[in-house]
Amino acid sequence: MSEARIGVYVCHCGSNIAGTVDVAAVAKWAEDLPNVVVSRDYKFMCSSPGQEMIETDIKELGLTRVVVASCSPHLHEPTFRGACSRAGLNPYLFEMANIREQDSWVTTDQVEATKKAMSLVAAAVSRVAYQQPLESLFVPIDPNVLVVGGGVAGIQATLEIADSGRHVYLVEREPSIGGHMAQLDKTFPTLDCSACILTPKMTNAANHQNVTLFTWSEVEKVEGYVGNFTVTIRKRARYIDEPLCTGCGVCQEKCPKKVIDDVFEAGIGYRKAVYIPFPQAVPNTPVIDRDNCIFFEKGTCKACEKFCPTGAIKFDQEDEIITLKVGNIILATGYDLFDARRIPQYGYGRLENVFSSLEFERLTNAAGPTLGRVVLRDGVTVPKSVGIIHCVGSRDKNYNNYCSSICCMQSLKFAHMVKERTGAEVYEFYIDIRTPAKAYDEFYQKVLGEGTHFIRGRVAEVTDAARQPGEEGKLIIQAEDTLIGKQRRIPVDMVILSSGLEARADAKEVAIKFGISCSADEWFIEKHPKLDPVATMTDGVFVAGACQGPKDIPASVAQGSAAAARVMSLIGQGEVEIEAATAIVNEETCVGCQECIPSCPYGSIEFLEDKKKAHIIEALCKGCGTCVGTCLSKSITLRHFTDEQLVNEMIGAMQSMKLFEAQDLVIVE
Amino acid sequence: MSQSTGHYGFYPGCSMGATARSYLQSTEAICKALGLTLKEVDDWNCCGASEYISMNSVAAYSLIARNLSLAAQEGHTDLVAPCNMCFLNLHKVDGYMEKYPKINQQVGRALAAGGLSYKAGSVHVRHLLDIVVEDVGIDAVTAKITRPLKGLRVAPYYGCLLTRPDSRYSPEYPTHLDDLLEALGATVVEFPLKTQCCGGHMTQIKEATAYDMIRRILQNAAEDQADAIVTICPMCQLNLDAFQPQVNGMFKTKFHLPVLYFTQMMGVAFGLSNKELGIGSEITSSKTAFRKIGQEEPEEQKSLKRDKNALPMPRL
Repeated sequence: MSEARIGVYVCHCGSNIAGTVDVAAVAKWAEDLPNVVVSRDYKFMCSSPGQEMIETDIKELGLTRVVVASCSPHLHEPTFRGACSRAGLNPYLFEMANIREQDSWVTTDQVEATKKAMSLVAAAVSRVAYQQPLESLFVPIDPNVLVVGGGVAGIQATLEIADSGRHVYLVEREPSIGGHMAQLDKTFPTLDCSACILTPKMTNAANHQNVTLFTWSEVEKVEGYVGNFTVTIRKRARYIDEPLCTGCGVCQEKCPKKVIDDVFEAGIGYRKAVYIPFPQAVPNTPVIDRDNCIFFEKGTCKACEKFCPTGAIKFDQEDEIITLKVGNIILATGYDLFDARRIPQYGYGRLENVFSSLEFERLTNAAGPTLGRVVLRDGVTVPKSVGIIHCVGSRDKNYNNYCSSICCMQSLKFAHMVKERTGAEVYEFYIDIRTPAKAYDEFYQKVLGEGTHFIRGRVAEVTDAARQPGEEGKLIIQAEDTLIGKQRRIPVDMVILSSGLEARADAKEVAIKFGISCSADEWFIEKHPKLDPVATMTDGVFVAGACQGPKDIPASVAQGSAAAARVMSLIGQGEVEIEAATAIVNEETCVGCQECIPSCPYGSIEFLEDKKKAHIIEALCKGCGTCVGTCLSKSITLRHFTDEQLVNEMIGAMQSMKLFEAQDLVIVE
Repeated sequence: MSQSTGHYGFYPGCSMGATARSYLQSTEAICKALGLTLKEVDDWNCCGASEYISMNSVAAYSLIARNLSLAAQEGHTDLVAPCNMCFLNLHKVDGYMEKYPKINQQVGRALAAGGLSYKAGSVHVRHLLDIVVEDVGIDAVTAKITRPLKGLRVAPYYGCLLTRPDSRYSPEYPTHLDDLLEALGATVVEFPLKTQCCGGHMTQIKEATAYDMIRRILQNAAEDQADAIVTICPMCQLNLDAFQPQVNGMFKTKFHLPVLYFTQMMGVAFGLSNKELGIGSEITSSKTAFRKIGQEEPEEQKSLKRDKNALPMPRL
């Protein structure tokens, strides 16, 4: 490749690189590398003057290849590819050497850092000479959108997109949309009624001409790529003819089978085997719970069918499989509450009057099992003293290390509610009070002013074993009060565990289904924690709300809107550029063994029956290279990562070592 | 593998020949029934209990490690301790030697002076209860039952040492003894203080403090109408059993709760004789309690019927 004319640009990145690497020495040294025509260093290569420097050199010096030594390609490869493109150079004739994340940031040894920068530049220079121009593929974007999860984040995203005139398919696993927010009584810090602000949105979503709602449904399969997804949905049998049902509720009234409602009532209330989970449910269509229905169990009963005035009960209904075409997907699958039974010393499930936070929400809710009366598990007695334990399952290395972010405010809200409803003494056991958002700390001050007692210390145990007079018949909360340095035992009538949030139990499976990844705590991983919080590494798949990490309502709503904006921006572009660094099969040597097909994580390899050859669908290929390694006859090449390119990259790095020896390199610190 | 052959090294500890003779007798009896062979480590020495470690830790660790070394020398991979204190000390020193190079070196030097050596982690220290539950298994135990303990309400008492961190069971609320006793046919009562301290040697230091600690545990078991407390540690047994009269005197209570070893309960369920199991040597007599076996539980104890207003409980 003697004809290559290479320009090398070494970035200071302010002091990020230049603080450790002698950038001027690197640029000077690179001048002598093969085919290098010009080599410069500059304070910020990504700035406009930096990019213009490259563009001018391409035009004036007739550069045919460009190497920038700066940060990770993850951050600025698109920037410099753009600069090359504008100057008329194919963007794939550009190569980046990462001398920041892989060099200056990981050592303080200036000599070694400078030498490594030189090696990385030499490797890039050697490689870039063998790079080939590639053309990107553009594919049109289907304007329909799939939103998975009908909690407040999903509803928000749905409405934003639907209002813009695009069609949204909203899929919800439960019989009604609404999510956790529908279970709550009041929302902090304003104490407005949760249902009152949510239900109009729920109704809007269901009645919107641009929304198709699938409740009691789940996504089974996702195929395709950004702009062109094919989604398979299983609409589980409700055993109710939806168009015929008027939602009158007679079936529910007549059903003889009472079941504990573990979902909507958080286990503290009952429902029937045929049920509408709550009065404002959307759609207002019941579901027959097959596992608990007497007819499905014993073959007789059919009370609901007998009384249904429109004949809407259909015991022979079957699951429906629906296939949809969408261009973008938003996941808003929410969270699970930490199961406090995992901390046996807090007695949840063992001691009657220990409640979970969602149980308490239902207890205070006017539509809940006690019609909003705050009472003990006997359903009658009003507590005179209540203990609220923070950080249950959160900030605890035995369970979850992270802060669940909502529990402090939730606990403060509980304290207020208890005071308001019962006048009881309230004790909050906390580690730190975290109230960082707008009007949150003011709420904390208000609760302090109401006379709630705050005890700083993690609770050791909740027990009913009395030790001293005054403890008999009570729940005793034992904790070290770390502000006074003493153990305290506080006898109370009721304990509320402010349980943390956890990723959904099936978050991992869902992530695999949609081709995205999960953190160690199983929250969905966003593309960039600060600058791209709702996109994922998979183009066309976005996340919103608590499925990405613990979040309260305002944050979830903001993310729902953000994800919608990202999707609408893509739809507005009309088509999407697909990465050109894809794999290609050499049909002359391919033996048609099909080993590569299962190796592809994106399902991008098909088998051409007529030719008996493998074929890679470019639009699906992500350029991971797995098939290249799998192919037994070495018939697959990954464009932009050819053997020739990689071998020459290594040769470049190794030759730099030889050069160091020959030059007896001295770098002054 | 000890697990498959049923052969284990045995570290009886100081109590088994003295205050806890009934524990030794019943252990031997159930091992015979279950086909377990416990081979006593030759020339073992005291584990130092809780006091010596705080006096001179290196000397204490070395004395404990000497037992591990002897067990390893005899070819044991699993060493069984029936006493919670012995179990904790042996287990702890093995763990410390593995984790902290400095302790490993100091102890190694002390052992070498006596012509011994020990490679940390080579002997697996285990409590007798763990052998019964894990290696023998609840099913195999159930198969030996000829006289189920039906009608007997028992409080499973683990003590505070067994489940110190690094235990394979829940450190805060273990349930493996509960499971075993339930398998024997007994009714296991809710016993929140199951891992609280029995007072240990506090009875010799400050009686009033010790008696209050004992009272709490007795009271908790009595509140749930337990007929007996079942223990797995000689110290716990001694404190709860022997000091009941003093506790009753000090607090004007009328506790009468026999405190028995889990091995004795197993033996009874296996149909073995009281003599074989050392039953009768306890200070608080177990006669009344054992008479309950086979009797129907009084109705009101069986289940407190939930009121129609009551809210459902979370299921465990």
